[in-house]
Amino acid sequence: MTRIFIPRDAAARAVGADRVAAAVEAEAKRLGQPVEIVRTGSRGLFWLEPMVEVETPVGRIAFGPMTSKDVPALFTSSFGTGHPLHLGRPEEIPFLKRQTRITFARCGIVDPLSLDDYRAHGGCRGYERAKVLGSAKTVEEVTKSGLRGRGGAGFPTGIKWKTVADTAADRKYIVCNADEGDSGTYADRMIMEGDPFALIEGMAIAGFAVGATKGYVYIRSEYPDAIRAMERAVLLHPFEGFDVEIRVGAGAYVCGEETSLLESLEGKRGQVRAKPPLPAHKGLFGRPTVINNLISLATVPAILADGAQHYADLGMGRSRGTMPIQIAGNVKHGGLFEAAFGLTLGEIVEDIGGGTATGRPVRAVQVGGPLGAYFPRALFDTPFDYEAFTAKDGLIGHGGVVVFDDTVDMAHQARFALEFCAIESCGKCTPCRIGSTRGVETMDKVIRGERTEANLALIEDLCQTLKFGSLCALGGFTPYPVMSALKHFPEDFNRPRLSVAAE
Amino acid sequence: MSAVWNEVEATRIIRRHSGREGAMLPILHDLQAAFGCVSPAAVRLVAHELNLTRAEVHGVVSFYHDFREQPAGRHVLKLCRAEACQSMNGEALAREILKRFDLEWGETTPDGHLTVEATYCLGLCACAPSAMLDGQPIARLDEASADEIAREIAREIGR
Repeated sequence: MTRIFIPRDAAARAVGADRVAAAVEAEAKRLGQPVEIVRTGSRGLFWLEPMVEVETPVGRIAFGPMTSKDVPALFTSSFGTGHPLHLGRPEEIPFLKRQTRITFARCGIVDPLSLDDYRAHGGCRGYERAKVLGSAKTVEEVTKSGLRGRGGAGFPTGIKWKTVADTAADRKYIVCNADEGDSGTYADRMIMEGDPFALIEGMAIAGFAVGATKGYVYIRSEYPDAIRAMERAVLLHPFEGFDVEIRVGAGAYVCGEETSLLESLEGKRGQVRAKPPLPAHKGLFGRPTVINNLISLATVPAILADGAQHYADLGMGRSRGTMPIQIAGNVKHGGLFEAAFGLTLGEIVEDIGGGTATGRPVRAVQVGGPLGAYFPRALFDTPFDYEAFTAKDGLIGHGGVVVFDDTVDMAHQARFALEFCAIESCGKCTPCRIGSTRGVETMDKVIRGERTEANLALIEDLCQTLKFGSLCALGGFTPYPVMSALKHFPEDFNRPRLSVAAE
Repeated sequence: MSAVWNEVEATRIIRRHSGREGAMLPILHDLQAAFGCVSPAAVRLVAHELNLTRAEVHGVVSFYHDFREQPAGRHVLKLCRAEACQSMNGEALAREILKRFDLEWGETTPDGHLTVEATYCLGLCACAPSAMLDGQPIARLDEASADEIAREIAREIGR
């Protein structure tokens, strides 16, 4: 019986993985050759998806990007080098070989809903070690690892946990923020679809560490595949005494902000709360709550299993461990690249990403989602590190890297950032609610060439107000894309346009 | 296909969540799945069952982009308008599709067949531009594949 691995990851399905799986099944039946098809997550080499892997005596052999037309040749070539899409061992593909996979160690390899697979590939070891260490030592271990919030804020995870552990209450909660709304990011989605037990184990460890028995995973509604996978996984998980419930968002970007997410979980409008009180003191339903990004939680089992030091040894400065960098947009080799902090932006975009998909020169790279800055090539020496990006007026956010070629109109991108803020503003604070709309109007004037200098001065002033006067990162960080576009690409804001770029 | 409004059935759906903390969103999702939208009648019933004011429920329904007050078309095509898809010419492809059906964002064809909506990221950003048709992901859209999708829908409509 030949085992054939085909991703069920949403991005792989979006480019035809289901059709390939059906073709493999049909061809095997036609030939009377018994095969077992295992639907996995994705390895994250998306330009090669659908990537099919076949188990052979020398390990798995990959083929891709496959279409159903390429399936018969898989069989006639006996799954060998004769196939035109033969890629060899996936671990030897440079994009994968150069990575340090800790959080994504199992993703794309295991059957996501098989506990046996999970255990066979190192799952559950973290939870078991936590139980041996005891709750206080578990918190200490997470602190020592240097793990920081992977949602973007970069707050030390261990300190958050300790605050909740030290707060007395009748009930506490673990909340996983899986409202991954940043364009250019898909790491959370990949874990939910490819290794859901890692997340659940991380939450169970958090629960044990701080004294909580109930966890919620808040998943955005744009991820139906991830929701389905998680709903099945929570019924199967082996972490006794810890209950996980899946909740689905309803299309509000701002619910990725932690206090807004808590409001939404409580059944209210997703409006931001003023802090203090911190969620660690008064969070969900007024109880002490650990609210962490999905990647932070899914990394915890590996930290516990292999020890804090092992994780802390990786990285640079105060950015310890690895970051799943998500390379996206107009890029040749788009995909998930987990590596220790410290790669430069240029290495990520040019070397690993292979430059643009269109073959034109890279002009701008937006790092950290719609609230992240646009970096020009001149800043390609910036290392991927929380502090290094802050020093260059940018942010790494959730690790999304969106590449644009030289056809991009940066005035249009700046306008979009303001428009997005206007669409998604929760309306609680004035700078964000009103400022974003006024910003779009003013940017339209700039694009039309109306009193350009005066209107750009107004934009700068407005960005100051947004930055310092907003309650949360939506209004507070919208100035990053706007001001970086202005600063690094001024020529795009002061040129006559034949047609109005704005819709 | 969603059913016509039925208060008995709706009450049953709401009560299925009784005892659940913060059940509003799961209830609204289930009601919309059953009846295609969250109508004023549904708002009134949810308010009554959860012991809230209609204003409070309306406030929640109107806050979230997902909840509709009118049912969508039989097919819902979501086109991603976020940055990664912009970088791969997504905006121009989206315009073409809208033009073809004579729609603006969020509108439904007069025969109720198709609704086209904007979405901001489907998490398929390494295979941009992307879309979702009736919950199924589609990526690496280009003129040919976008045309094929449009043609398939148009064929069904009989245009």
